[in-house]
Amino acid sequence: MRVKLIVGCCIAAAVLLARNLYVMLLELPDEVAQGPIFRIIFFHVPAAWTAFAGFVAAAVASALYLVRRDLRYDAFAVAVTEVGLAFAAANLVTGMIWARIIWGIWWTWDARLTSMLVCWLLYAGYLMLRHAVEEPGQRARIAAVFSLLACVDVPIVFFSIRWWRTQHPQPVVWGGGSMDPAYWSMLFLNWIPLLLLGLAMAAIRIGQERRQRELEALRRLAYSL
Amino acid sequence: MNAIELEDVWKFYGDFPALRKLDLAVPEGACLALLGRNGAGKTTLLRVLAGLMRAGRGSVRVLGADPRNPEVRARLGVLGHGVALYDDLSAFENLALFARLYGLEDASRRARQWLEKVGLGASAGSLVREFSRGMRQRLAIARAFLHDPELLLLDEPFTALDDRAADTLQELLREALARRRTIVLSTHHLKEALERATHAALLVHGRLAFFGERSRRMLEDPGWLYREFGEAA
Amino acid sequence: MTAPVQTGTGTRLRRAAAGPASFLRATLAIAAKDLRSEFRTKEALNASLAFSVVILLLFSFAFDPTVEQTRALAGGLLWLVFAFAGALILNRSFARELPNDCLDALVASPVPAPALYLGKTLGNWVLLMLVELASLAVFGIFYNAAWTRRLGALVGVVALGTWALSVVGTLFSALTVNLRLRELMLPLLVYPVLIPVLLGAIQLSGPLAMGEPLAEEAGAWLRLLVGFDVIFTALALALSESALVG
Repeated sequence: MRVKLIVGCCIAAAVLLARNLYVMLLELPDEVAQGPIFRIIFFHVPAAWTAFAGFVAAAVASALYLVRRDLRYDAFAVAVTEVGLAFAAANLVTGMIWARIIWGIWWTWDARLTSMLVCWLLYAGYLMLRHAVEEPGQRARIAAVFSLLACVDVPIVFFSIRWWRTQHPQPVVWGGGSMDPAYWSMLFLNWIPLLLLGLAMAAIRIGQERRQRELEALRRLAYSL
Repeated sequence: MNAIELEDVWKFYGDFPALRKLDLAVPEGACLALLGRNGAGKTTLLRVLAGLMRAGRGSVRVLGADPRNPEVRARLGVLGHGVALYDDLSAFENLALFARLYGLEDASRRARQWLEKVGLGASAGSLVREFSRGMRQRLAIARAFLHDPELLLLDEPFTALDDRAADTLQELLREALARRRTIVLSTHHLKEALERATHAALLVHGRLAFFGERSRRMLEDPGWLYREFGEAA
Repeated sequence: MTAPVQTGTGTRLRRAAAGPASFLRATLAIAAKDLRSEFRTKEALNASLAFSVVILLLFSFAFDPTVEQTRALAGGLLWLVFAFAGALILNRSFARELPNDCLDALVASPVPAPALYLGKTLGNWVLLMLVELASLAVFGIFYNAAWTRRLGALVGVVALGTWALSVVGTLFSALTVNLRLRELMLPLLVYPVLIPVLLGAIQLSGPLAMGEPLAEEAGAWLRLLVGFDVIFTALALALSESALVG
């Protein structure tokens, strides 16, 4: 069942990606001001959406863990958090590549870029915290509390950093935010394969977590005999 | 009326069950000797009963309610492995603090009373870090008893006690039983524990291998329980 | 050996009824306990204060700022000092409960987990405020800043920012108390969460510490500080039971 889900997601993602790439590269025209590099936005923005979807899902699973104390929720939470981190990293890297081409610099303390970095650091902290705890129940409980705090914190971080940036000179990203509808629809169309990919990755991680739990339980059993 | 009621209680560390399907009813006024090897789940069970851990599955009723209910915990006395005293506070401050946390209205008077009772009246103002081991142990015993708990949960209470502290504890336990308090104590000291106990329970790998009233036979031959219901059986 | 003293049977045990009053009493008892044992040893206070003086000194060596530069940097400098020095106090908060298994006794007592958590937070807040006010005085001397000119507003802003620091820090102190690398984990986890607060507190404290009035947009930052304090206090209280009970 799980294998079918994973394979299915991967195949669907591959087909959709191939189709999208074809349209993106051969059918859609270059953007007037930015040229060909503009196309990176079709990965840059959906990657951020996928990351946030992962973090929100992690918060929901964490809350469920604290209520039900079932380690399957914990496995789900860690899986989607890791996937979220991977896509957040993809967002940061594509953003940096774009900045290098358009602005000539790898990094700028632009509000969105900075916020995503803070967000990434927060959830990297979540993984470090998990590594520091031995006992699975304790690890799940502590991590769940942290995940909930982080999820509430992220919107406040975005909001406060935007505020902070508007008091300083800021490079203009794109004028009034008016984008051609063809570009918009591609943004959403390309989100689907990324989400499917994320789903497959999360499913694989959940399986690993389950086997890890079984191993730890067997080890404890062996020691107790 | 039962002081403790467990139904189908499990506690997991990860997927490993440290307590497995415990069903147990300890009547009020009983003194239960909780027996078992190291790692059999004695401490885990006591921690679940004290509200320090949640059970993974099943229903835990202590004095008629969930042990995370503050009203229940106000009536529990807990003595764990550590003495649970603050080194930088005086003996009196330690007891007064816990009397206050247990909601006693005459906390200071109560604290002084108990310092006298465990023979530490003269050292009331001294910091705990200056105390000898025996003095700390007696103070820890006073901390566990000062709110006159209806149910006492004692984890290996006699281990490492000096003679005087052990006498104090024996005396307090006798007094508590005479006043129909319920006591659960885990122990290695089979003989001593069984002399006082009205009931005995044996944990083997997190399972309740035996639970029942203490019989003559256990007193005469303390090893019998382990041979009959322990791992070999 | 033990004198038969009148317990139970002799004197009736009088218990306070549970409710907001007993919640508050327990909270204050915990805070008072922490403050009393800290004032007795002054371990965390001294370390934290010494640390903040050293940072203020090093900063002056590193950048040798002019008055103009100090004006621009004051807020950031102060809150970096507060955050780093504060970590020492926050780390001690639950570590204090570890020897002798005191934390078990507190959790097993009838004190509700939110009251226990709030008491520790309150104690930490008082300690942090003391260190911060002392650091401000040192800052004023080292950098010739007129920090007392708008003392009321400055203390208000510092108090709000510090409340956020102690709310988040105390919760994480409870979460990480049993971990290896506790001393390293705490700041690593706390600072990213606190970025909105630090941003706001830096914007507000900078001018105030130099004795200057606040800018127009300060009201927004003030609302951010208050909002963060309210949201995270509520969240931390709600999560305290999960954070403390295994």
